Parts: sequence; C-alpha cells; structure tokens
Amino acid sequence: MDAKYILQQALNALQLGSIYALIALGYTLVYGVLTMINFAHGDVFMVGAFLCFSAAVLLELPFVPALLFSMAGTALLGAAIERIAYKPLRRAPRVSAIITALGVGIFLESAMLALNPYPKSIPTLIDNVTWTFGGVTVSSLQLLIIALSLGLMLLLDFVVYRTKTGMAMRAISWDRALVPLMGVPVDRVVTLTFALGGALAGAAGTMYGLAYPVIDPYMGIMVGWKAFIAAVVGGIGNIRGAMIGAFILGGVEILVVAFLPSTYRDFVAFSLLLILLMFRPHGILGKTRAQKV
Amino acid sequence: MNPCRSISAWLVASPIRGAALPGLVLAGAVLALGIPRYGWVNPYIQMVLVYIGINIILAGSLNLVNGYMGEFSVGHAGFMAVGAYTASVLTFKVFHLAGASWLFPVAIVAGGLAAAVCGLLVAIPSFRTRGDYLAIVTLAFLMIVKSVIENTSYVEGASGLFGMKRLTTLPWVYFWMVVTLWVIRNFIYSKYGRGMLAIREDELAADLMGVRTRRVKILVFMLSSFFAGVAGGLYAHYLQYISPRSFDILKSTDILIMVYLGGVASLGGSILGATLYQVLLEVLRPSTFNEAFQWLPAPLFQWLSDHVFNQLDIWRMLIMPLLLILVMLYRPRGILGLREWPLLVPERDRPGKRPSAGKGGGA
Amino acid sequence: MSEGEPILSIRNLGVHYGGITAVREVSFDIWPGEIVTLIGSNGAGKSSILKAVSGLVPCTGEIRFLGRDLKGLAADRIVGAGIAHVPEGRGIFGNLTVLENLALATWQRCDAKEVQADRERVFDLFPILRARGRQEAGTLSGGEQQMLAMGRALMTRGRLMLLDEPSMGLSPVLVREIFKILREINQAGTTLLLVEQNAHMALRIASRAYVLETGSITFAGSSAELLGNPKVRAAYLGT
Repeated sequence: MDAKYILQQALNALQLGSIYALIALGYTLVYGVLTMINFAHGDVFMVGAFLCFSAAVLLELPFVPALLFSMAGTALLGAAIERIAYKPLRRAPRVSAIITALGVGIFLESAMLALNPYPKSIPTLIDNVTWTFGGVTVSSLQLLIIALSLGLMLLLDFVVYRTKTGMAMRAISWDRALVPLMGVPVDRVVTLTFALGGALAGAAGTMYGLAYPVIDPYMGIMVGWKAFIAAVVGGIGNIRGAMIGAFILGGVEILVVAFLPSTYRDFVAFSLLLILLMFRPHGILGKTRAQKV
Repeated sequence: MNPCRSISAWLVASPIRGAALPGLVLAGAVLALGIPRYGWVNPYIQMVLVYIGINIILAGSLNLVNGYMGEFSVGHAGFMAVGAYTASVLTFKVFHLAGASWLFPVAIVAGGLAAAVCGLLVAIPSFRTRGDYLAIVTLAFLMIVKSVIENTSYVEGASGLFGMKRLTTLPWVYFWMVVTLWVIRNFIYSKYGRGMLAIREDELAADLMGVRTRRVKILVFMLSSFFAGVAGGLYAHYLQYISPRSFDILKSTDILIMVYLGGVASLGGSILGATLYQVLLEVLRPSTFNEAFQWLPAPLFQWLSDHVFNQLDIWRMLIMPLLLILVMLYRPRGILGLREWPLLVPERDRPGKRPSAGKGGGA
Repeated sequence: MSEGEPILSIRNLGVHYGGITAVREVSFDIWPGEIVTLIGSNGAGKSSILKAVSGLVPCTGEIRFLGRDLKGLAADRIVGAGIAHVPEGRGIFGNLTVLENLALATWQRCDAKEVQADRERVFDLFPILRARGRQEAGTLSGGEQQMLAMGRALMTRGRLMLLDEPSMGLSPVLVREIFKILREINQAGTTLLLVEQNAHMALRIASRAYVLETGSITFAGSSAELLGNPKVRAAYLGT
C-alpha cells in the first residue's frame, strides 16, 4: 500500500462522490422545502442516464447537447412528477406522499424496462485521454466528471444562498404557510425545486453512464438509496451537508473495496451510517429543531 | 360499498354473530385442508393461495408498525430474511441430519424468534429517532442483514440456499395466517395496543399520559418482526430456494404496497391489500386474457391478443404502481384506511358497544 | 366617516373551518388613510377576518379591495394587489437574514431603485434592523422580530396593511414604540387594519373600531364612542 495507490483511490472516491452528491442534492432540496422524501428521485437519475443514451444513439448528439438534453428532460420529469403525483397530496398525511413517490419510482422503472428490455451502454462521447503523474492515472473523463459536478454544486449553492428564488425555498422550509404573504407563489417555487433537483439527477445519470459500463432500468434503486444516505449523513435538508455526506460515502466505499472483499462494501457503509446516526441523530450539519409540542 | 365489509357487517348484526368468526375460521380450515387433499382447485390456484396467505402475514405484521404505530419501516424484508434463513438452516442442516422434518413448526417458531430479536435491535434506536430517520435505520438494518448473509459461506453466501424440503403446505400457511391475525387483533385491542395508537397520535402526550412508550415500541417491533420471520420461514420452505436477493428492498416495497393499498391501521385492509396485490399480479398475464376471451370472434380475438393481451407481460408491471398512485391520490390512507371490518373487531370494542369513548388505558 | 370610495369593502364575510363557524355575516368598510381596529376576545374571529382578506383561508361573501373583487385570487396575488399582512406571532423566517427577509417581500416588485429606497426608509424607521442586517432573523429579540415583520410588510408596498396582534408578548415600552411607528406609517399614507387584544393602545391610535364577539360585529363606531361606552369599557378595557 503506497501513497500512489491511496492517491489513485482518492481520485476514484472523488468521482463516485461527485455522482452521489449530485443526486443527494435533489433529495435534500426537496426535503428542505417539503420535508418529504422523494423516493422516485433515484429513478429520475436512471431516466437521466437513458435520456443521455437516447440523445447519443438516436439523435447522435455530441456530449454537451446530450448532457443538456438529459438535464432538461429530467428537470421536466421532476416538475411533472411533483405536479401530478405530489401536489394533490399536500394536505394528506405525509406518508401518503412517500408511498406515492415509491409508486412513481416503480412506474418509471417498469416503463423504462418496457422501452429498454436489455441493459444499454452509452457510447464514448468524449475522447478519453489518460495521463500518468508519478504512477497515478488520471483520465480526462474523470476530471470532467469531478469538475462538472463541482461546478453544478457551486451553481446550486449560489442559487440557494444568493438568489431570491433560493431565499423563497429556504423560507418555505421554515414555514410554508407564511410565504404567500411575501407575495411569493409557493407552488411555482416548489415545482422549480423539483425541476432543479431533476436537472442535477439528469447530469448525474449522464456522467454515471459515461463512467460505468452499463445502464439498466434498476440502476437508480441502489445508487438512489446510497445518495439518500449521503444526504442523511450530511444532515438532510442541508445543501452543503449533502455534498460532504456524498464525498464521505464515496470515500468509504472506495476504501472498503480497496482493502476488503468488495462484498463488504454495503455492510461497512450502512454500519457506519448507523453508528453516525447514533452519535449525531440529525447528520453532520443537520440542526435539531425543537419538537413542537 | 365494499362487499367484504357489508358481509361482515351483516354477520355481526345477524343472530349467528357469536358463531360468525369461529365459523368463518372453521370453514377456511376445512377448505385449507380439503383443497390439497381432494384437489378442489388446480395446483396453480393452490400456489396463489399459499402466496396470498404469506402476504397476509407480511402485510398484517407490517401494518402493526407502519399503520397502527405510525412509524415508517422499510426493513420488513430483512426480518423475513432472518426468519427464512434461521428456519432453513434448522430444517436443512440441523433437523434434517436428525431425520425429523416433523420439527418444521419448531423451525418456523425459531425463525420468528430470531427475527423478533432483530426487531428488538431496531426498536432501540426508535426511542430517540422517529419518522424519516427511523426509516433509514430500518433500511440500514435490511442492507446489513443482506450483506451478512452474502458474506456467510455457511449459508452459501450470495448464491443462496436451496434444497429445503417443501414443508410449507396450504394448511400450515392457513394456520399461521390465522394465528397472526388473531394475535395482532388481540394486541391492537389490548392496553398495549391502545398505547401504540396513542404513540401514533402524539408520542410525547402518550408518554405524559403514562403510556410506557419504550415497552410498547419494543413489543410492537418484536411482534411485527416475529411474524415477518414466520412468513420468511414459510416462504423458504415453499419456494425451496432463498438467496439474499429474495429479500432486497424491492421485497420490502412489495409489502409496503400491500399495506398502503389495503389501508393503514386496518387488518381487513391488509387482508384486502395482500389478496388484491397477488390476484392482480396473477390475473394480468397474457394467458388469463387469452383464455378468458376465446369466445370472441376470431379476427377480433386475434387483434386483441396480439396488441393487448400479449403486451400485458410488459405493461402489468406498470399497472401496479399506477394503481398505487391512484389509490393514494384519491384515498390517501388506502382503500380501508383507519377502518376495520366489523367482524375483526372484538365484540366489546364494536361501535355502540363501547362503554365510554375516552377509555384510553395506560400500558 | 371619510369621503369617497372605500379601500377595503367587506360584505357578508363568513369563515368556516370544517363544521365550525369562525366568522359569520361580517360587513364593514375602510376608507383610505384610516386606522381601523378590530377588537374582541380570543376566538372572536379577528384573525380569521385578516386571513380571509389575505386569501390564507377560504371564505364566503365578498371582499373588494380598491373596487376589485379578491374572490379566487391566490394569497401571493393579493399581496401583489396591495395588501400587506403582518401575521400573528410575527412570522419572520428565522433561517434567513434580516436583509433576506426584507428582500423576499419584494418578490413581486421589479423596481430595483425604489426597492433600495424603501429599504432605507425601513432602516430609518427601525434603525436597529440596519445594525442586524446580516444576522439570522431567528436570533433577534421579540421586539426586533416585530419590527422586521412590519418592515417586511412595508417592503411589499401595500396600500393597506393588516396587523395581527403586533403588541403580543412585548414589554409596555416596546408596545408604545411600535404604536408610535404605526402612526408614522399611517401618516406616510398606508391604511391600517389593526387587530388587537390590547384595546387601550388600539383605540388610542385608531379612528374607528369594530367589536367582534363569536364571529359577528356587535358594536361599531368611532374610537371615542367606544371609549365612552360603558359595556365596551367593562368588557375590553377593564374599567
């Protein structure tokens, strides 16, 4: 085990963490605004990968248009899901919306399975150049994934913390009932939040499809749950927490695979989650808000 | 409205009410014993009946935690796995060597107990965390169970165990289904059950009213996971093959669908949801429709068969989630949510018979 | 009574929550430049009237603002139409800074320069808010939060401001301060509809008042008339 090996693994961890982070942000955005777990989000990520596949194979688009196509598609999908399936349930018990989300997720999986019965693989959209720096191999794809994810994360951070829309989102998470008194159309902001989360998931799907060999309709389940855990580890509802959680999870998974049989990956990741929740029940950056009595 | 509800309402009101429930149970027992012996229905239907029975055990027990106590557990398949593997190891590796398959019920109970111990482990974090975070704890539990099995060579790891005897029969499934429903019903209407309902409404208030919330939670989780373990044992000895993948998050999702489709906090709902789920899954096959509509004129039949019926294999997977979404949108608590078939309510608790409404007991 | 068109005109207003009637058959008018107060005990329906006007709760009857029917208008559109609402318990967003709270209230405005000027005006009225600008609003004291809530309402540029119990939970000194500022706001041209349990203070600045009991208006008149009415004095002024 030398420094090169560790550095190499750190790079892999950054790549995996970037993808987790983009998905985790979608969970955390929606949770922050509606305190609702959008269990269909992992499947929106899956649809993003397939949209990129369609763009690349059917429309023969190059990388950037394919990425934008996928992001726009998943943004629309996220917004549509919110309008059709969740909005009518705003006043229903919270768990009904969660179950509906599960239903929407299964629907997306089945629909994609009906359209693509076999796993697919996205063609190489960018020339993959690899460089070796003192024994550590870096590919242009890897750099692109990391840079693009970081860029999108910074953009989102800017939107949430520096724009009026972001203020409205944070205000909704504080007290949704009062936001209309500021003249803010709450429903539109909520839908926009879903669209934003969807777009990030689409970007994640595209990058996942480029970095890993196959995409299939069920890929969103496990990756989605992992990203959700990343959001929880960071403190769900907290944007910066989701990013931290995602990189921690990516790091832990890569480390486990590097030093232990790969079948231990889930075991270690989930055990760590339980231990963390024992000491910090609201995640790393999560704040405990006094329970209303 | 709902035929089962109306029938059970009629039975409750009828002069034979005292004998109605035992009578139904007995009739079911006669059917469960008679069907396999005399072949009253074909083996395919028998299989569907076995699955429905196991589903009812799973849905009823999950409803205890998710419906009656108002938590959100996604780890039910994990408890099922613990029961399935414990029971299988016992019949397959321990009892089998002793040549005693009549110890099957012991193995099933042992599977349930092992699952109940795991339920205790999950109940402890529930003292401090609720809602979404408890959901994550149960998810982590499920993943850890799966991972432990995958890494245990004694039970063949990821490739799974097979070769168990087919010890699960329709009478056994029926027996365990009745036991499950009977125990859960009695629990719901016990003082602990009322404590459980109080926790759902307001845990803090329940605590202040003197409900021993910790004890109630432990009991509910253990009871719920015990029956999930029982269902797992039955499942393993019917399919004769189990692997970690049989008990993944999708299995948990299936059980969740049954519970929320049928209705939260309703045993009748769980029976309905579990049955509806399995029946729909079976009915929505090309063969069903191809056989049922053969009387149609040949050209029309051919067209329907090609364009509709034979496409069902793909589309039936879409119908189930669509149904779930529609039920949630129009009946957010499920078809029978928060309501009960009168027959399943103990006589002293039926509406109009209750001495006083505010009879909440401290557990 | 003032001259001309009323700014707010309410006819046969009813508010029902499930089977419970909170407000029944309430009608009144407010003219531009007035301060009108609704007084009454807990549960008399005062807050429900304000919420109905703001579109936060569904209601029956007719609400006209500047001659325009508000029926069916979403709450955020009503703000845009020119009604600002300072909710009960202040309703500031504790996770946003003071500046963000003020900025959010300008959602429907696109006159950046005017917004800038209005913010300065708010800071002149409430100098403490200027000092607290970058602080999270949740860390403010009760009085500061009330000032922020009023400042925020001013930022929407509403012509009519609804205030729900602005004196609640504040010390007498602060209450006097708040009411002094309310009068200044009114003199600068904003019409006020004030809901108060502190009838003393409310009647001191209001020109007219309505007394509400179990959802209906039982007494209406000028503040002087109310102050002179022995029944009102006994019930709401404790003398």
